[in-house]
Amino acid sequence: MSRLKDLQKNLFGGTTSNARQFGMIFTLVAIVVLFQILTDGLTLRSDNLIALFQQNSYILILAIGMLMVIVAGHIDLSVGSVAAFAGILVAKSMAEWDLPWPVAILFGLAIGAIIGAWQGFWVAYIGVPAFIVTLAGMLLFRGGNQFIGNANTIPVPEGFREIGSGFLPEFGPNTGYNNATLLLGLAAAVAVVWREIQARKTRRAMDADPAPMWISILRMAIMVGVIAFASLRFASGRVGTSFPISGIILLVLVIAYSFYTRNTAGGRHIYAVGGNSRAAELSGVKLKRVNFFVMMNMSVLAALAGMIFVARSAASGPQDGNGWELDAIAAVFIGGAAVSGGIGTISGSIVGGLVMAVLNNGLQLMGVGTDRVQIIKGLVLLLAVAIDVYNKSQGRFSVIGSLMRPFRREDSAPPASPPDAEREPAKAAVSG
Amino acid sequence: MSDVPILLEMRSITKEFPGVKALSDVNLVVRAGEIHAICGENGAGKSTLMKVLSGVYPYGSYDGQIVYQGSESKFSDIRASENAGIVIIHQELALIPGMSIAENIFLGNEPRKRGAIDWKAANRMALDLMARVGLQEDPDTLIKDIGVGKQQLVEIAKAFAKDVKLLILDEPTAALNEADSKHLLDLLRGFRSRGITSIMISHKLNEIEAIADQITILRDGRTVETLDVKADGVDEDRIVRGMVGRELSSRFPDHTPKIGDVFFEVRNWNVRHPISAERQVCKNESFVVRRGEIVGFAGLMGAGRTELAMSVFGRSYGVYESGTIIKDGKEIVLKSVADAIDNGLAYVSEDRKAIGLNLLDDIKSSTVAAKLSKISHRGVLSEVEEYQAAEAYRKELRTKAPTVDESVSKLSGGNQQKVVLAKWMFTDPDLLILDEPTRGIDVGAKYEIYGIIQRLADQGKGVIVISSELPELIGLCDRIYTVFEGAITGEIARADATPENLMKQMTSTKKMLTK
Repeated sequence: MSRLKDLQKNLFGGTTSNARQFGMIFTLVAIVVLFQILTDGLTLRSDNLIALFQQNSYILILAIGMLMVIVAGHIDLSVGSVAAFAGILVAKSMAEWDLPWPVAILFGLAIGAIIGAWQGFWVAYIGVPAFIVTLAGMLLFRGGNQFIGNANTIPVPEGFREIGSGFLPEFGPNTGYNNATLLLGLAAAVAVVWREIQARKTRRAMDADPAPMWISILRMAIMVGVIAFASLRFASGRVGTSFPISGIILLVLVIAYSFYTRNTAGGRHIYAVGGNSRAAELSGVKLKRVNFFVMMNMSVLAALAGMIFVARSAASGPQDGNGWELDAIAAVFIGGAAVSGGIGTISGSIVGGLVMAVLNNGLQLMGVGTDRVQIIKGLVLLLAVAIDVYNKSQGRFSVIGSLMRPFRREDSAPPASPPDAEREPAKAAVSG
Repeated sequence: MSDVPILLEMRSITKEFPGVKALSDVNLVVRAGEIHAICGENGAGKSTLMKVLSGVYPYGSYDGQIVYQGSESKFSDIRASENAGIVIIHQELALIPGMSIAENIFLGNEPRKRGAIDWKAANRMALDLMARVGLQEDPDTLIKDIGVGKQQLVEIAKAFAKDVKLLILDEPTAALNEADSKHLLDLLRGFRSRGITSIMISHKLNEIEAIADQITILRDGRTVETLDVKADGVDEDRIVRGMVGRELSSRFPDHTPKIGDVFFEVRNWNVRHPISAERQVCKNESFVVRRGEIVGFAGLMGAGRTELAMSVFGRSYGVYESGTIIKDGKEIVLKSVADAIDNGLAYVSEDRKAIGLNLLDDIKSSTVAAKLSKISHRGVLSEVEEYQAAEAYRKELRTKAPTVDESVSKLSGGNQQKVVLAKWMFTDPDLLILDEPTRGIDVGAKYEIYGIIQRLADQGKGVIVISSELPELIGLCDRIYTVFEGAITGEIARADATPENLMKQMTSTKKMLTK
């Protein structure tokens, strides 16, 4: 049991929400394995993996921004409409005003920033609840999209499509694989090892014992193994396909925003505002600025997601981005964020988004209709958050802890009182 | 009086909370038809006693007996006590602002006709009840459209709707102006002549002296005495003596102050209430703090001490009107909390759970929360420095926690307070304002906090302590200002400070600037 506890405690770094994340990753792996079996190996085939990433990169980008909005204690219902609005303007700018596509991308991001400033203004400086502001935005920018595009679709040029449907280029000797993807995988593996070494150094600087060596090695081995497997898969798809450009954009954003939320004062302030806004204010946090920033940032990311989607479907249409807000919000909550704010991580939200994506994809591969897919997704969301709420009401945060509870009770000596047996896993979770 | 039948007798009531004995062996005898006042300092146990009586703390959660109307009562909740005719009116009124007077009076008690609310009857009965409390309004008027004084009357009317026999009023006049207070006191006299018994908790000793028949004084959760106002010839001084008369010994670490020059000064400070702009919460207040000095602010709840402190701390309360702050000989303008922190001010709030800490955080991120720049290098937080800082304070303040990774929500009150102190010490302040630094903390931890405060002063910092416990102020502070209704009413050096003269200046508008 103690080895297992060690494992749970150490597998994913050294912060408090790890037990929860461990549970999430555990769930993700379980779902992948389940569908791999149910679909006779279709799920992990190269072309399916590539499609999975391309189809979901924009939702995952939205989940990054949504996580920050939700941690700050707000919500954004307008992201789908904002994405569509930015998409149509960008498409139009290239089709009718002949903007070169790189300029058009900057133009799209600027539109996102302006819309974000508009919504942030109402939320932060006037004090209108974000739910209302973005509900209004949802109608406003959906209508805006259809007004500007005349409810028609507008095609986008070849170069622009790269950000949605492009792949890493082919170069170098013919290895039978896409070399760029292999290099990317190698870089990721090196980064994982380097991070592990840094983490051990940090732990030592904190006079704390780093995780046992075998755990570090196991953790690195698993990560490197997953990276190697994934890069070989992505590199061995149909000729001309490899790791998608939209995946690269997502990767860069995940790394940058994870760093921002964890390691900078600005990121800390978002958690502080969501945790206790009055306490944050009395600690010198500029409440309005933080609220303005998270709302604005969300719309910029929504505009980016909209452009990637338009690039992938080669045209901007009036129904783009319908229902995205719900997928993004679901990803964040499945990823362990608290409805009341203050809790949640970028990586958790990405894993949450991937759970939904794999579920969606796997069910479609099995030929399940969209009606039943929706029913299942709805139940998964409800169940994931219900488990979280239940755990909190029991005073523990650990999914694994609750899974282990029945065994533990048997472990303890016969006269052991149940309350003690229940407190045990909670302690384990906290120390993790 | 002794031949009048006893309505209520509470016998040796003891109520414990985890770690604190709020009431021990309290006795209260209330005779039918009298006005019985309960006096005591903040935290003496008055409200707890009333909560025991009204069933907020149900039978079984306390020890002792409640004998009411001749038989023992075992109230399981407020409803049970209300059914027996005991109605409590809290300091914070329990009215719904968006509902009408009549709706509020009959809330939860609506007159019905075949399942539906009979509004005709309700309005008729409401008018009748309103007449009994002297409230002349349309019963359809919304609560938010009438003043606090009238709201208070609605509460009392609501009590009559429940056929009240024993009316308990907790600080009924605290929020009222003079005219409304007078009306309320007259009303209570009227009830007495009609045989209704009242229990009244109040800090306003002049009102108690004027209206009460009997006074029971509580101190530290014990009954001190019960006075008969007429027979014993009770006056304000007599009540004060009963309230504060306790020995002060060795509850404070030995300390020889090293007081330097004045370095912080607030002049003619005027602030208005954030919502009702006609209310002035700081009235031309001026004070000074010297280096190495611990300055106390004494006052009753609602006197405006917290409002003063927070408005000075980067205008985090109320609407600033006028006044200057001078630090080290230069005028400084603090428009935000960030300005205040940058200028070396720190404010430890009175309610650490509601506004002092983010309870989702662990110890280490709480410790550095108010000055992240100190552990940042080119915008990147150093986890190692964060840990080292938190660990250093954990050792220095002897915070009891397994590691600094522990969530602050899991700590006891005293240890949470140490984390809050660490958070503000980490900002390297010159002036620390500590608002009720020992509220809800057990005696041992209090002693440690006093020691920390004294060490901070010895480092040449100025410390302001706001406290409702007079012995704490007298034991800890080098100089004490008294505050009453938003104005500073006195300044007393440690040598001259006694609970009696502090209490007098805290309860009167008379300017008695003794030196």
